[in-house]
Amino acid sequence: MLANDLFKKELKVVNVGLLSFKESLDKVGVKTIQVDWKPPATEDAETLEALKKLLGNK
Amino acid sequence: MAVKGIIKKGEYYDSVTLMLVAREATKLDGVEDAALMIGTKENKSILESSGLLIEEFKGASESDLLIAVKAKDELLAGTAIKKVEELLKTKNLGSQESEEYMPKSLEGALEVLPDANMVIVSVAGKYAAREAMKALEHGLHVMIFSDNVPKDKAFEVKKYGREHGLLVMGPDCGTALINGAPLGFANVVNRGDIGIVSAAGTGLQEVSCIISNAGGGISQGIGTGGIDVKKDFQGMSFLTGLEALIDDSETKVITLVSKPPYPEVLEKIGEVLKKTDKPVVAAFLGADPELVKRIGAIPAKDLEHASLLAVSISKGISMKDFEKEIVRKDDELKELASQLARKLTGEQKYFRGLFQGGTLAYETQVLLKDILGDINSNAPLDPSLKLEDSWKSVGHTVVDLGEDEFTVGRPHPQIDFELRNKRILTEAKDPTVAIIYLDVVIGFGTNPTPAEELVPVVQKARETSNAIIIATVTGTDKDPQDKAKLISMLKAAGAVVFERNASATRLAGYILKNIGG
Repeated sequence: MLANDLFKKELKVVNVGLLSFKESLDKVGVKTIQVDWKPPATEDAETLEALKKLLGNK
Repeated sequence: MAVKGIIKKGEYYDSVTLMLVAREATKLDGVEDAALMIGTKENKSILESSGLLIEEFKGASESDLLIAVKAKDELLAGTAIKKVEELLKTKNLGSQESEEYMPKSLEGALEVLPDANMVIVSVAGKYAAREAMKALEHGLHVMIFSDNVPKDKAFEVKKYGREHGLLVMGPDCGTALINGAPLGFANVVNRGDIGIVSAAGTGLQEVSCIISNAGGGISQGIGTGGIDVKKDFQGMSFLTGLEALIDDSETKVITLVSKPPYPEVLEKIGEVLKKTDKPVVAAFLGADPELVKRIGAIPAKDLEHASLLAVSISKGISMKDFEKEIVRKDDELKELASQLARKLTGEQKYFRGLFQGGTLAYETQVLLKDILGDINSNAPLDPSLKLEDSWKSVGHTVVDLGEDEFTVGRPHPQIDFELRNKRILTEAKDPTVAIIYLDVVIGFGTNPTPAEELVPVVQKARETSNAIIIATVTGTDKDPQDKAKLISMLKAAGAVVFERNASATRLAGYILKNIGG
């Protein structure tokens, strides 16, 4: 959908992160869904190392 | 007094949750101070300056959560830490949202809301681009609130958006107003026929509020993040936003807000402007007005000037009447400045601006430079004016508390007042300070109780210091915080209060000029 078409549609939001942004949109009646986001474990060096060891991949 | 702390390995909470729990912890029995922070280098130095850095924390990493409590004795500190852990558990379940289903991924969210058209991303910077790219690949527009996004990732995301006609607002986009809805930090403004593209978050808040307070209205407010108009990013998001406003039938006047764009970007903006007859006002703070005219835009001196110009054009007010009014207001400021200057002692000569809003910090430097000359800052106009230590003011100083050294792993200063409150009291102890200058940016997403958190500090500063306190409030009467109450409480505490940063800054400049500063 091009940017200009967005202006003609009802705004509907997916919120990934700070819950307060969803709460603001709830208050003004914008349909919003919150993603329960967590950092991916594979980006944490320590966890990745542990995983590699577990899988025998050195 | 006892300080106790624990490290929680690999536990994730967003920075606002951490701040809220820390705040609740300071209210516990016998607790003097408490902090919950990710173990970044910057946070460790913040903990150290508050006397909360215990030995074990020194080896902690960025994936660790540090919990520290200072209490009357060991027992109370230990009890408080247990309580903090309990509080975290309830927050982590999403206490306010426990009834509502929360999918784990964007794909899951799109099953629930299949016709979603916008994704807001505010996760830690290193993960933000991936979330944004997923959204774009689903054909959705994105706003990336996160800062500290790696440059190459930011580029990929913006490029994809530009190629597919999708808005990529950010990274580091604090504010947007889409179809009347406030995204991120945004105010409840009138809807109308003025469209804004802004590479400056608080710039968009300031301009939309001044327009709305002056009786105008906003069609769309598109943020891009500051890096967008720099050389490497070629205005990719800015141009997409501008084209969208040109094509938008609701938008009659366009206002552009930014630090001066890179020359090539400015040219590209000029190319796009050739496609429209709509009047375009540009506040490219500090840019040469002739260059702005050359690309077909009307140059504005500052955000206030740009906003009022846009309203005047929208309402068909003549430029002559408009300019007359600007001159009259400036004369009033000069008169007020000479009255206020008389209150200062001979020793007081310096300006100390402590800002929540990066654009306002920048605008103040641009305006003061013309009146007072060099201004030192952690985010200076000229690299040679960079503060050696952001935590210590030197001469005339502007501090942008939204810069990385203050925000990594902690909420934005528009949410978390703690660091600035401490800094206000530090400045108040300095007998050479003539003016303590504060912006208070309200609206959705920002601190819900600014009056309660700031006014007692202003009062305390007034008790220790003879400095003039000038505050500028960015907001509207319809914002969730009570703007009128905030202003009257600030005034009662002895502050001089404005609702436009440019006017407030000029007053400060004229006061210091009066005393030969």
